[in-house]
Amino acid sequence: MQEIHSLLEGFVVALSFKNVGLMLLGISLGVIIGVLPGLGGANGVAILLPLTFSMAQQPGGTTSAIILLSCIYWGALFGGAITSILFNIPGEPWSVATTFDGYPLAQKGRAGAALTASFTSSFVGALVAVIVITFLSPVVANFALEFGPPEFFAVYLLTFCAFVGMSKEAPFKTLASMMLGFALASVGTDPVTGTLRLTFHTQVLLSGFDFLVAVIGLFGIGEILLTMEEGLAFKGASAKINLKVVLETWKELPRYWLTSLRSSAVGCLMGIVPGGATPASFMSYGVARRFSRNGSKFGTGVVEGVVAPETAAHAAGTSALLPMITLGVPGSPTAAVLLGGLLIWGLQPGPLLFVEQKDFVWGLIASMYLGNIAGLLVVLTCVPLFAAILRVPFSVIAPIIIVVCAIGAYTVNNTMFDVWMMVVFGVAGYAFKKLSYPLAPLVLALVLGHSAEASFRQAMLVSQGHLGVFFSNGLVGTMTGLALALLAWPLVSWAIAKVRAGRAFG
Amino acid sequence: MKPKLMAAAAAFAGALLAAWPLAGEAWEPTKTVEFIIPAGTGGGADQMARYIQSLVAKHHLMKQSMVVVNKAGGAGAEGFLDVKNAKGDPHKLIITLSNLFTTPLATGVPFNWRDLTPVQMMALDEFVLWVNASKPYKTAMDYINDCKKLGPGKCKMAGTGSKQEDQIITAAIEQKTGDKFTYIPFKGGGAVAVQLVGNHVESTVNNPIEAVAQWRAGKLKPLCVFDTERMPYKAKITGTMSWYDIPTCKSQGLDVEYVMLRGIFMPGGVTPEQVQYYVDLLQKVRQLPEWKEFMATGAFNQTALNGKAYEEWVAKEEARHVALMKAAGFMAAGSK
Amino acid sequence: MSEGRDGARAACTRKTAEIAVALLLMALGAIVIYDSLRLGAKWGSDGPQPGYFPFYVGLIICISSALNLFNALRIRPEKDKAFVEVGQLKLVLVVLVPTVIYVGLVGWLGIYVSSAIFVTLFMRRLGKYAWWKSLAVGVGNSVAFFLIFEVWFQVPLPKGPLEALLGLD
Repeated sequence: MQEIHSLLEGFVVALSFKNVGLMLLGISLGVIIGVLPGLGGANGVAILLPLTFSMAQQPGGTTSAIILLSCIYWGALFGGAITSILFNIPGEPWSVATTFDGYPLAQKGRAGAALTASFTSSFVGALVAVIVITFLSPVVANFALEFGPPEFFAVYLLTFCAFVGMSKEAPFKTLASMMLGFALASVGTDPVTGTLRLTFHTQVLLSGFDFLVAVIGLFGIGEILLTMEEGLAFKGASAKINLKVVLETWKELPRYWLTSLRSSAVGCLMGIVPGGATPASFMSYGVARRFSRNGSKFGTGVVEGVVAPETAAHAAGTSALLPMITLGVPGSPTAAVLLGGLLIWGLQPGPLLFVEQKDFVWGLIASMYLGNIAGLLVVLTCVPLFAAILRVPFSVIAPIIIVVCAIGAYTVNNTMFDVWMMVVFGVAGYAFKKLSYPLAPLVLALVLGHSAEASFRQAMLVSQGHLGVFFSNGLVGTMTGLALALLAWPLVSWAIAKVRAGRAFG
Repeated sequence: MKPKLMAAAAAFAGALLAAWPLAGEAWEPTKTVEFIIPAGTGGGADQMARYIQSLVAKHHLMKQSMVVVNKAGGAGAEGFLDVKNAKGDPHKLIITLSNLFTTPLATGVPFNWRDLTPVQMMALDEFVLWVNASKPYKTAMDYINDCKKLGPGKCKMAGTGSKQEDQIITAAIEQKTGDKFTYIPFKGGGAVAVQLVGNHVESTVNNPIEAVAQWRAGKLKPLCVFDTERMPYKAKITGTMSWYDIPTCKSQGLDVEYVMLRGIFMPGGVTPEQVQYYVDLLQKVRQLPEWKEFMATGAFNQTALNGKAYEEWVAKEEARHVALMKAAGFMAAGSK
Repeated sequence: MSEGRDGARAACTRKTAEIAVALLLMALGAIVIYDSLRLGAKWGSDGPQPGYFPFYVGLIICISSALNLFNALRIRPEKDKAFVEVGQLKLVLVVLVPTVIYVGLVGWLGIYVSSAIFVTLFMRRLGKYAWWKSLAVGVGNSVAFFLIFEVWFQVPLPKGPLEALLGLD
């Protein structure tokens, strides 16, 4: 059990007075970064990176530096859920799926429960992922090497199929909405030939439509407009604001152990591949909705609908650090910046890091355990505080939310155009919601459309245009087959129901 | 005081303050300097820019602060157009990759390096031909000839981005050898290296820093470097080899040379004093021991030019890109 | 809402809204198809061309919007509910119009000054707060954001004449 020994040594490194201080600092900063849509995790880490350069030059300093930065990352993962639940504004792509049930819960006056469930499941997901990293890292790192373009496409396909199949809205509205997402995702540079698409010789369209601008508008601004219709008040202002709500929610959570387990598995897999936390959260939500006994209630505000995406997102976010340190492939933009940090500190991420920089790697892994415990404590004690935000009168909080949204939209590409687009998306979100065009397929297509198309076309380059490549080996064949089965499932079950109904009437 | 008068007085005081630094001999930034990266976070240009920023801040080389802004849209066109449109603004810098040349040619977006003012070449980034270590190839030509035998399009070459440096090198190899490769674009250098380790492709032309970890772990091996001379770093990287031990491609019979500019530019229409300020600033950065360490980590070619020599170098390099891209058929319809 | 009888009148029926959205989406789909054809939307020798996916995406948008349009046209007048009532629309516009003006101001005055104005006026007009309270929240909010973004995290946001005058840009 060499891992246990190394891990204990890691704990000794991470538990120094200074490092625990940095951990708490990092978590708090991370939560702020996660809450404000203008400061993404990647941005936050990038901005603090220069501060760590001098830190890294002291003995043992690289460990302190990575503890600080990775704790910012954990904090941002925790924090992203807060605005999703309270105001329907996801601060990070992987919190979008959290809004589906988190926001309705808050509207029912159960914001505290939603926050507690979200934080606790984040913690569980991360814990599972860290355990996987601790004991299985060599096996798992090699698994990631199996993934070429066809495998990546199969992963994206699986995400779409797991999520889509069961929309309750009119099918053609769902289809139109999803395709609109794909169309928006294709604006900008073509991933394979580098030609500009749908930019019409304008400078503003060069960078395309960022997911964040769209969700801030569709969900955030759109929601404020919808709320206005019913007068100047937030629903859910009656949220309980004491710590008892934490304990009450904890009593409920063990019921969802199966969902947690499934979501952790999905999350770890997607993190290691690395497909990323965003597909993980959508896939896990889709799978949970399909296989849970409460599946039909998803979307109306059930705790399980918060547990599923949050567990998966955090498991993926955590396990994404594994391909980063063993392969040098970042699983998310934030990981990309962390990777840059490692290089500048003079560490070479790669297969040898575990051998040459043992202290550093095990210090990092130990800090994942401790950082997440510290994070959970910090955010849970703040649950009443966050829930209390909903008690601030609408006419005070609404303009501030709009300002935060504007800042968030601006910082994506530093252009005013995006702020205008946010307003346009806001109006669109309002109209779509009222005409029951579903927004989730649009957002999913916008987030994953670009990567999905890129890996599809890379796969086509590899196979010289033959679609058989998606069944060319066991791994990719299984995933593609599973995806198609999931896609066909609603049709099959619909057909069965139809036949049964026919019999009943006949 | 009447409001109008007050405003006038304030404006006068403001103008006086703004004019103050001009009264001295040398120009200095009067507000925050924006450092633009025409690429995403985490890439080579991003790392270098953020490193420069941190060194400037750490050693207090500038009184005003420097902020880094990524403008990656349209293969970097967004960043370049932003600087082009900021004509005369001395508080903007941009770091370039090869997309300074390739993006306008491949996409037809209207900008050219002549719209900008060259400040300082910081370094040149090297490219190395890598194959999976399990392959029997000993030299570059072993590999090239093997690909010829396998037939056109059978060898897959992975690289970063499309119609940019990696694909241009691939095209240049094709033009010199008559081979035909299948080029597959990926998002970042790390992903490219892993595709090679996983045997999904046959070769890459990764920068040293992108593949060094896999080299040291014995997963990849370098065949040759696309520079005129060997890289000067003689410290052992693996048990047996240093960067210096990698032969040049030309010496192997693969006559392709390519290095990538990591240079700093300013908007057009700035004064010589303003350019000189940044040249001095960047010279100070280059003198720092941290910078030298950074250069060695990434096995950079440390050529650093400014002024006329820099301008001439860029002009020559532009002509070369036009020739290479024309021959490869990468030009956008409508660009000359 | 107690806006009286007038407030409950439909400002726009559901049918009209459905038709408008379907037509708008069809137009967007057509734009996408147009540009995809320019780029080449065939299946080339090494897989799809740049316009291949956008072309079909555009096509599906057009087809499904046409079907949505067809469904909307079949809505019978007696079943046609209000999309938005006059009273509701008024309330929505009370937020939407200032937001549009606010975004317009950001380009001119910078984000901090316009945010202060926006928050202050919003609180004053809609929340009927006292001037001093509204002003305190408005200005305090901008100062807090200035500290967070410009000072601590060094994220440059749009600034205007006031910041230039104070030498803060």
